[in-house]
Amino acid sequence: MHKEAAIREPLILGHKTYSDITEDVCRPIEGKAPKAWYIMFGISLLVGLYGIGCILYLLGTGIGTWGLNKTVEWAWDITNFVWWVGIGHAGTLISAVLLLFRQRWRMAINRSAEAMTIFAVFMAGLFPLIHMGRLWVGYWVMPIPNQFGSLWVNFNSPLLWDVFAISTYLSVSVVFWYIGLIPDFATIRDRAKGAVSKKMYGILSFGWSGRAKHWNRFELVSLVLAGLATPLVFSVHSIVSFDFATSVIPGWHTTIFPPYFVAGAVFSGFAMVQTLLLILRKGMKLEAYIHTKHVEYMNIVIMVTGSIVGVAYLTELFISWYSGVEYESYAFINRATGPYWWAYASMMTCNVISPQLMWFKKLRRSLLFTFFISIVVNIGMWFERFVIIVTSIHQDYLPSSWSMFYPTWVDIGVFLGTLGIFFAFYLGFARYFPVLAMSELKTILKISGESYKDGSAPTHDDHGGGGDSHTETAPVVEEKVAETVAPVVEEVAPAVEEKVEEVKAKLTDEEKSQRVSSLMEKLGAGDASNADDLKVISGVGPKMESTLNEIGIYSYEQVSKMTDNEYEMLDSITESFPGRAKRDDWAGQAKELMNK
Amino acid sequence: MADRVIYATYDDDHTCLESAKKLVADGVHITDVFSPFPIHGIDPVIGVKQTRLGIVAMMFAVTGLMLAVIGFRYIMIQDWPMNIGGKPNFTLLQNFPAFVPISFEFTVLFAAHGMALTYFLRNKTLPGMPADNPYARNTDDRFTMEIRLSDNHGMSSDELQAKIKQTAIVEIEEKDYVQIK
Repeated sequence: MHKEAAIREPLILGHKTYSDITEDVCRPIEGKAPKAWYIMFGISLLVGLYGIGCILYLLGTGIGTWGLNKTVEWAWDITNFVWWVGIGHAGTLISAVLLLFRQRWRMAINRSAEAMTIFAVFMAGLFPLIHMGRLWVGYWVMPIPNQFGSLWVNFNSPLLWDVFAISTYLSVSVVFWYIGLIPDFATIRDRAKGAVSKKMYGILSFGWSGRAKHWNRFELVSLVLAGLATPLVFSVHSIVSFDFATSVIPGWHTTIFPPYFVAGAVFSGFAMVQTLLLILRKGMKLEAYIHTKHVEYMNIVIMVTGSIVGVAYLTELFISWYSGVEYESYAFINRATGPYWWAYASMMTCNVISPQLMWFKKLRRSLLFTFFISIVVNIGMWFERFVIIVTSIHQDYLPSSWSMFYPTWVDIGVFLGTLGIFFAFYLGFARYFPVLAMSELKTILKISGESYKDGSAPTHDDHGGGGDSHTETAPVVEEKVAETVAPVVEEVAPAVEEKVEEVKAKLTDEEKSQRVSSLMEKLGAGDASNADDLKVISGVGPKMESTLNEIGIYSYEQVSKMTDNEYEMLDSITESFPGRAKRDDWAGQAKELMNK
Repeated sequence: MADRVIYATYDDDHTCLESAKKLVADGVHITDVFSPFPIHGIDPVIGVKQTRLGIVAMMFAVTGLMLAVIGFRYIMIQDWPMNIGGKPNFTLLQNFPAFVPISFEFTVLFAAHGMALTYFLRNKTLPGMPADNPYARNTDDRFTMEIRLSDNHGMSSDELQAKIKQTAIVEIEEKDYVQIK
């Protein structure tokens, strides 16, 4: 197995087993939602419904309800569109680009970041659709034969490229996300108790059963989709920037736009991921999987992309003067000193100065500070789009038509509404979907789990393979030796096992029933009516469970009373896997299960 | 007689892999392995070939690219050539730079969806399909080998079980083989 350097911080903290990962991720889905969830969901839903109301009013009345005028014909709608698309960039970047770079820390955050991406792109797509005015003829953007003669869509236009780029991005992201979700839905399906949830997750999991061939295909499909999604991420925001860059408006007509927009998108996307994840990890108690190191990694991405954005701002300023085009220069002087100077100032402070604070290790490892900066960046990136769009056009070539933009209540309502719908979707996701990629996390547990790194976890290396390599290297802790020697005995010396079996064979039925009754005396009688699911205990399978039930052990309470003496007795009765119950500490496990 | 199957369950991926190697060296044919996550390195041991879905993706990508070219050539060059700002669409080649984004998007669209669809069909994982993992914990923390008697003609059930029991199993069960899907 591939090992990771010991000096790297572990990605999964504490001592976790495979089953712990399943348990930690599934617990919030299977349990009742906390009150805070209902409150947040309720508020989001109300705000979202208000937004839908505003959209309906807009569609019924017309675009005139927005604050647009004949000079400023693009404002909040396109600002919001670009802002949401930008946010929608982090998820696929995390899951695709970081997959290609084999960055393991992505595994804890990719699922929720991708969900965020998909919901953000939904919100983004809404704005061009409603800005068309007549939503019901939205299908005209498709190249379809129509009743107006040979009138086709214009494949030379960036606006049409946008239609294809965004819809491709959305649909490919959904597929990528869902293929990763299927094995995890299967896990929930196999744990589900209720008939409805079993049925629902059964449908959602597509009948996944985890065969070797299927995993083989799964890994290749993930890799190829990552390879396809990576250029897609870059293409989408490049094309969004073409909407502006291919026009001849001073302030828009620049070749720097595509890389600058992509960096800005990643910047704002990661900021939104931080905002959401810092709440999610706390609310769902996932601190062991998403911890300071993950936050620090993301802060470094924010710092790098924020610096790229800062350089782009300064380059733009310099070029506007250096080009010698007076309209171009004026556009930038007007941005910084004109009536919208406050928007420009907030953009510069939020996007250029704030990410530079991440150079300080103390700050980028502080969760509270990160949360604050992530909000600041989200605001700053909204202002960036507002500055680019509105301040470039509000004072155009003709001073007689100069004007200002004032948002109406519909403008504000639609924007707030998309925030509400977005959070309602995201909260729904957090409630019913596995928010961490369980199957992926399990693959890095042994490579990057804390207890595996410091050697405190029980190792199985001695099984089958033979060698006792780690007993030489590992520091000799008594407990550990006890744990590891047991399987060796069972494994390497079948002769001993045979002897044990011989001894067992000599046990008469009478002796057996005596032992059973003395065992039951200590554990207390149980009956099938209050039976617990003993299979949940690690080391107990369906067969062992039925054996235990035959003896009369049904509940966790009984198992929890077991000591070494009882383990031995049990071993002699069941005649299988000597030492197993003790090694797995059934009693301890049962105690924990009882307390749930 | 109906086919019988032995399910040997392990509680660790590494143990499962090592045991599979040992069993295969002993001449046991392992039909399949069910696991909660991919066990790296088990495919060549139990004879699972590398998937050809990559080739499928390539074929869909080429299809998408060709469709895009045919489409915008007909629409923009043949049927309704537009003269935009004195820059008319004379030929496909001269106008191609403007078509690069669309060509790319179509290629990716077809490759991704074509491959995903093929993946679902080949796996028989579609909405409403029944699952066929032998134990519920196969999607949690149990690794189960499926060893069918019909694949191991030279050996009796007892011989197989004896061999399997020499590996570090946590659970073994023999039952009639039922094909679910």
